[in-house]
Parts: sequence; structure tokens; C-alpha cells
Amino acid sequence: MLIPLFLVVFSLALPTMLHAQASEASHGELRSLAGAFVGDPFPSTYRPFSSQTVLIRNGVVLTGTGERIDGGDVLLEDGRISAVGSGLQAPAGARVVEAERRWITPGVIDTHSHLGVYPSPGIAAVSDGNEMINPNTAEVWAEHAIWPHDPGFGHALAGGVTSLHILPGSANLFGGRGVTVKNVPARTYQGMKFPGAPHGLKMACGENPKRVYGGMNRAPFTRMGNVAGYRAGWIAAQRYLDDWNRWESEGSQPEDRPERNLQLETLAGVLRGEILIQNHCYRADEMAIMMDVAQEFGYQISSFHHAVEAYKIRDLLRDGEICASVWADWWGFKLEAYDGILENAALLHEAGACTVVHSDDGHGIQRLNQESAKVMGAAAGHGIHIPEEEAISWITSNAARAIGIQEVTGSLEPGKNADVVVWSGNPFSVYSKAELVFVDGALLYDRENPDPLIFGDFMLGILPGEVR
Amino acid sequence: MRNSIWVSLGVFAGLLLVGPESAVAQSVAIVGGDVHPVSGPPIPGGTVLIQDGLIRAVGANVSVPSGARIIDATGKVVTPGFLESMTQLGVVELGGEAGPRDVTSEDDRITASFNVLEGINPFATAIPVTRVAGVTRVVVAPAPGGSILAGEGVFMALEGSRVDEMVDVNPVAVFGVLGEGGSARAGGARGAAVQRLREALEDARHYSSSREAYEAGEGREYTLSRSDLEALVPVVEGTVPLVLTVHRASDILGALRLQDAVGFRLVLAGVREGWMVAQEIAAAGVPVLVDGLTNLPAFESLGNRYENAALLSAAGVELVLSSFDTNNARNLRQGAGNAVSYGLSWDDALRAVTLTPAQVWGVHERVGSLEAGKEADVVIWSADPLELTSRAEMVFIRGVEVSSQTRQRELFLRYRDLNRLPPG
Repeated sequence: MLIPLFLVVFSLALPTMLHAQASEASHGELRSLAGAFVGDPFPSTYRPFSSQTVLIRNGVVLTGTGERIDGGDVLLEDGRISAVGSGLQAPAGARVVEAERRWITPGVIDTHSHLGVYPSPGIAAVSDGNEMINPNTAEVWAEHAIWPHDPGFGHALAGGVTSLHILPGSANLFGGRGVTVKNVPARTYQGMKFPGAPHGLKMACGENPKRVYGGMNRAPFTRMGNVAGYRAGWIAAQRYLDDWNRWESEGSQPEDRPERNLQLETLAGVLRGEILIQNHCYRADEMAIMMDVAQEFGYQISSFHHAVEAYKIRDLLRDGEICASVWADWWGFKLEAYDGILENAALLHEAGACTVVHSDDGHGIQRLNQESAKVMGAAAGHGIHIPEEEAISWITSNAARAIGIQEVTGSLEPGKNADVVVWSGNPFSVYSKAELVFVDGALLYDRENPDPLIFGDFMLGILPGEVR
Repeated sequence: MRNSIWVSLGVFAGLLLVGPESAVAQSVAIVGGDVHPVSGPPIPGGTVLIQDGLIRAVGANVSVPSGARIIDATGKVVTPGFLESMTQLGVVELGGEAGPRDVTSEDDRITASFNVLEGINPFATAIPVTRVAGVTRVVVAPAPGGSILAGEGVFMALEGSRVDEMVDVNPVAVFGVLGEGGSARAGGARGAAVQRLREALEDARHYSSSREAYEAGEGREYTLSRSDLEALVPVVEGTVPLVLTVHRASDILGALRLQDAVGFRLVLAGVREGWMVAQEIAAAGVPVLVDGLTNLPAFESLGNRYENAALLSAAGVELVLSSFDTNNARNLRQGAGNAVSYGLSWDDALRAVTLTPAQVWGVHERVGSLEAGKEADVVIWSADPLELTSRAEMVFIRGVEVSSQTRQRELFLRYRDLNRLPPG
């Protein structure tokens, strides 16, 4: 078995983990976009867990902004990163973590997860990711199906994941709202909901919607039907938005108030720039069509997801300022995934497009670092050498940008949320593991002594003796 | 003049005909690499000599014949080709489309006797994608359809343009499923699945000694078609193993009980709760195929964990790592790397993707290690093969250097420079 390669030096006694959700520390607040159209009736109740000042000293720091600091230090204070550099002094009472050979990165962020909505164990009783009854279900919210006790959350945390965007599935043209959560144990999903993070709207191109609805002999039966469906949705949303704007400009008289429509509320939220488009789309030609649809109705696509052919239009994505959230190596499981190549992310990165490595998978989310390593290895075979300090952006800062939380997390910069991972070694080595994971400065995962709370209630008492 | 043209053409045609053989004929010496024969200790700066498709010598002081092609592997790692033990390479082109997919028989008269061979396409695009990543031989296994018995798999090299030149062993095993998968195919209960399997095997044993009566229309009734009985005869005679996919500890023990009662060579696949009954598996001498990349719980694998491979190995179980994947069977090495990360020794992980599977599939005299006399499946890696930042730089299968060409490489090269392409 592995022997820990390091010593953790405490200047104070180890605090009991995870009990009180304490400090009201003023956190990097996002310009709150969430639900601005009608407010958010399901507000976040997340409070950072109790933390202390921590100085992580003398590691290899990858900031997420493209910088690497050998022998670098990161200071976490009041739930935020207060300093990054070399030779930092530990404030009085601070806990000091001697990093030595270990590497320090921002917390990993996954732009595409179905944890909680397709939880483990994966049975029909909790299979809640696809409202497969209508090609437009913009009215449903993934968060209403999140089971906070999905053991996958804890395993993702052990993989360094501190924030994730949970989306509905891809059966529908408009699948519904996605939500960004902090990867923390909680009794309710509201306790995980990332304060101020914008909702996403999941849209889906290609084979899935036409297969699901075509199979029922209804629209969309073809890709033509897919695009007609998007446009019809947006036309209705424009009208709805006009009605509300007119009502507001005419004095917001209660008796004239337009009737609320949950489906159109979500779509109108996109048109007002409050909800970010997260667009499942594999083929390059279809992504270009979606960019035209976005142009026609005046919204921005925040990220294409899966995007196995993104490399074919990496110039268009860069110029359109659209992120591509891709797998390292998934390909060939259907025709629209046939042209997947290992170098997809590398070519996007080289072109200067916003490159994200995502999981869409309860196992993949646990090793987004390894998935990124595959891309680096394949690219190096063609002479494209992507250093660690750049590749780390695929699963941290770029991912934060794709889901609209880059102002507060995704990089090690003073003022940002102290979402930090200490790895046993180079995070792109298959042998390295996240050893300490901090969320808002609180140590939520310690590989030496993991708190069973992070795996939720489901696993409690289910196997005799010590399981993990 | 005319003659010489014909002679030249003749020589050219001859070259075309013997293309692969001419490559085989040349000796290849891989020198200076960090050689991991698996069958013996590592040889830093060792030489692997390949001739006529076979490994001729492996060692620190191998004399290289004059005229041999010399490949400098200094700073690189040399290993045997990796073996993936449960895949559908060649029988699936697109998982989501029924046409290019030949892995499952729903015909209830053709269960154990369904053989994947007829469905194998040597030009399946995933084959080159996999072999350039260092996987040189595979077990192509059927997936269960309506029956707990899925059919027969083959062991084959990922090189060749005809199935008969690729396949080394047919059938290499019969595949089946118990546990939840068995229950779903046997009326909805685990007990019924075990009983069906027991009945099938007992029928096959009875049939094997009563063929004349059967042909004469006498003897007792069997639950299986003649074709399926024939397929199970070598299983009950112990010449072909039966691979059963099971996960729950109690289902694993059930499979061991069945083996004990009926008598056959059992290989367990999946075994996510194997670590909970590792001693029993070891005592039964049953090999296991394990995925190093899974830890999430399902109801039949609540004890699923990354340490499974290491714990089974530590208990003395014959451990084979498998990706259980097709398009990404190349991720076999990621499973091995993660198994190391969770406690398996590096040497044991390498063995679990090379020599041990060769032993389990009965081909260890031919492949699985770098030893003189074995077929030359050799991979030169840029660095540690289990590191994902490493690459297989050269791959030899039966002594022939594998082309780097894959459909994915063609796509990469086409899109390397967007300026050469039509506007977006």
C-alpha cells in the first residue's frame, strides 16, 4: 500500500471536520444573475464550512491562470485565497501544510455532471435526468432531482472536484435548467447550491432528440425538425419577454401582469443574459448551425458540450468566444461521435479557444486530471507540448468561465474562493491523488482521514466492517 | 529490356504478395531500452531481438546480427504487447447502431454456440486505434442476449486483413452471466439463473456420452439445442473455460459452488465485490478479470472499490485487468495505473495485462512476455506505459511493425492546419 509522502504540520490541533457550517465570512459574491428575471424561489442556503487560516507551503503551484510557481505558497484566510507566491509568512495561529513535493492547484470544476440526478446506485427509482415527454422541457430544473446523498459526490471530492454543473440529460431540444453546486455534503441540494452562480439551460443537438421523439413518430424526427424546434422555442420566448418588458415599461400594474409560464421564463432568462446556454452538440457543422440560431435570437452560447468535432471549427469557437467542454477520448459509440480524436482539446487549446475537459460521468469526474493527461500525451506525440500550468486551466479556470463562476473561483488568485487541492504529486500523473481538498477554505477531504459524511447517507451501515 | 521489365514487375508483385513476410524476415534489434520481459526481472539497457516474427533473444548482452534493423530505445520502456481480455473489438463499429454490431444473439436456440467469429470485421476502425496504443491481442467476447449463456469468444491478434489469420484460439471461452444479469435472463431470480446454468452443464455432460442415443432420437430430453450442447461439451470436459460475469460477493460464492458441484474451468469477470471473498476465490484457484477504474456502488456491487485489484492480488488470486471496453480498450493501461495507485505493485499490474491473461487464455507459450521463442508482440513506450502522458511509440505484432495509421490519425492530420481546408 502507498505510504504518504509528506508530513502535515499543524500549528493548531486538527479541527474536527465538517461539523458546523460556520462563518458568515463575506465571500466573493457573484454579481447575482440567478433567477433575476423572477428571483430564485429555491435560494442557496450554502454556508462555508468552518475553516482556519492555512498556509500551504513550498509546493509546485499551478495557479490556473497559466503560471507555475516552484516552491510556491498559497495562503487561505477567511475562506478566500489571500496570497499566492514564494516565502509567504504564516500568520499567527495559522495551520501550516508543508507541501514539499506535492502540487497545489485550484479546485477541479466539472462543467458537465449528472451526479445527483443519475446517482449511484443507478436504478430507475433515482433515474431523474431526462424529462422525456416533450422536446421542449425548458420548465424543468435539474436541481429539483438532485439527491444530495449520491455517493458519487464524495468520490468526486476525492478526485479534487470542488464545484460542478449538474445538467438535465440530452433527450430534449431544451432539456431544462442546470445548476452549479459546491461539492459539499448537505442535507438539501440548496445547501450545495453555488451562491450567485447563473443557471444553465441545457440544449441538445443531433441524434438524441430526433431518436427519442422520431421513435415516437413525432417531431423532431430529423435534424431539420431539431432546428425548427429551437427556433419555435425562441420565437415564443421573444414574445413572452416582450410582453413582460411592455408590462414593466407600462408601470407594472398588477391587473395587467402577464401570466407566468415556466418554460418561457427559462428561455426568456437566456435572452436577457441571465441563464447560460450549455449546448450538447457533437458535430462541427451542427455547432455552426447552433451559432447561427444564437445569432438570430441574440443570445450567447456559453459552452458546447461533448463537441467531439470541435477541433474542426476551433477558429469559429475561438472567434465566437464559446467554450468547448470535451472528453479526452470518448468516440465511436454513435455516428456523431465517430470523428472523436485524442487531440481535440489540444488543438482547441493551441488555437486559443476556451478549452474544457468535462466528464459527463460519475467515474470520469473523479479523474479529470488523468483525462487531461491523455490529451497532453497524445499532443506531445505530434510535437504539441502543453505544459501542466496551461493544461490545468481545462479543468479549473476555463471550466469556471464556461459556467459563469470565473469571477470567484477557478484560479489561485487573491480574493477568490479558497477552493484548493493539494495533490500527492504532479496531478497529471496516474499515480497522483488529491490528498487535501479545500472548499471555501474548509478542509472537506483529507485522504488520510476522510469524513464518511461526504459519501452521503446511502452508504451508511450497508456493508459490514470498514468499507472504504 | 522487355524481359527486365517483366522481371521487375515480377519482383514487385512478389514483394506485394509477401509484403508482411518480407518485413518478418528482417531482423529487428530494439536496443538500449528499459526492458520489462515480465517473465523475468527488468533489464535496463536491454536488447530485444526479433526475427521471423518471433523473439529470438532478450537480455543485456545480446549479439545483434549484421543487417538487422536497429531501433534505439534509449530512455524508453519496452514491454510485451498488452492483452485485453474482454472486449467487442471487431464486432462493433458503432455501439448505437444495430447494423455494424454483432455481439449478441437473441436466438434461444443459439446461445452457448453463438460464436463472435463470423461477425468480426478485420477493418473495424477501433482495431488500429487500439493496437497503436500498445494493445496487441484481445479476447473478443459476446454480450449476453436473451440467455444467461452469451456464446463463444475468440482470442486474436489485432493485426491482419482476414479473420482466420488474426484468430489464435477459437473458441477461447464460453461466456455467461449470473447475478442481476443472470436473474434478468432466467425469469427474474438469481436461483433460477444458477439452476439453468447447472442444468445446461449437466445436459452437456450427459449428451457428451450419449451422442449416439441422441442421433437415434432416444435418450432423455435436453434443455438446449444440439448446437448449444456441442458448445458446452468442451466446457464440461475442462478444455474451454466458462467466463461468468458476477459482482456480488454472494454471487461469486454461488459461482464457486456451481463449479465445485459440476466441475468446469471457471473464470470470473467483473467481481466488484471480489475483495470481500478473496480468500475463497484464491482457494478455488479461479482467475478473475477486474476493471481498475470502477468504484461507484450498484445494488449488486455495493462494495465496489478501487482497491479491489490490489486486495485480490494480495490474497493470491490470479489477477487479470480488463477495460471491458471496445472503442477505448486502449484505456486498459489507465486501469492498470489506477490499480497501482490503489495498492497493486507496478510489476503485478504489468503482469495483469500481459502474462497472466496469456496464462488464463492458454496462450502463454506464444505471447504475454518477452522471451525467446515467443511471438514478437513488443511495444516501445515513450516512458512508463501506465502513465497517460506516455505513448506507445512503436508496436510490433508477430514481429511486424504496426502502421501508425488510424482513422483518428487521418482526421488529426487533415485538420492539423485549418488554412488548407474549405471555409467554415
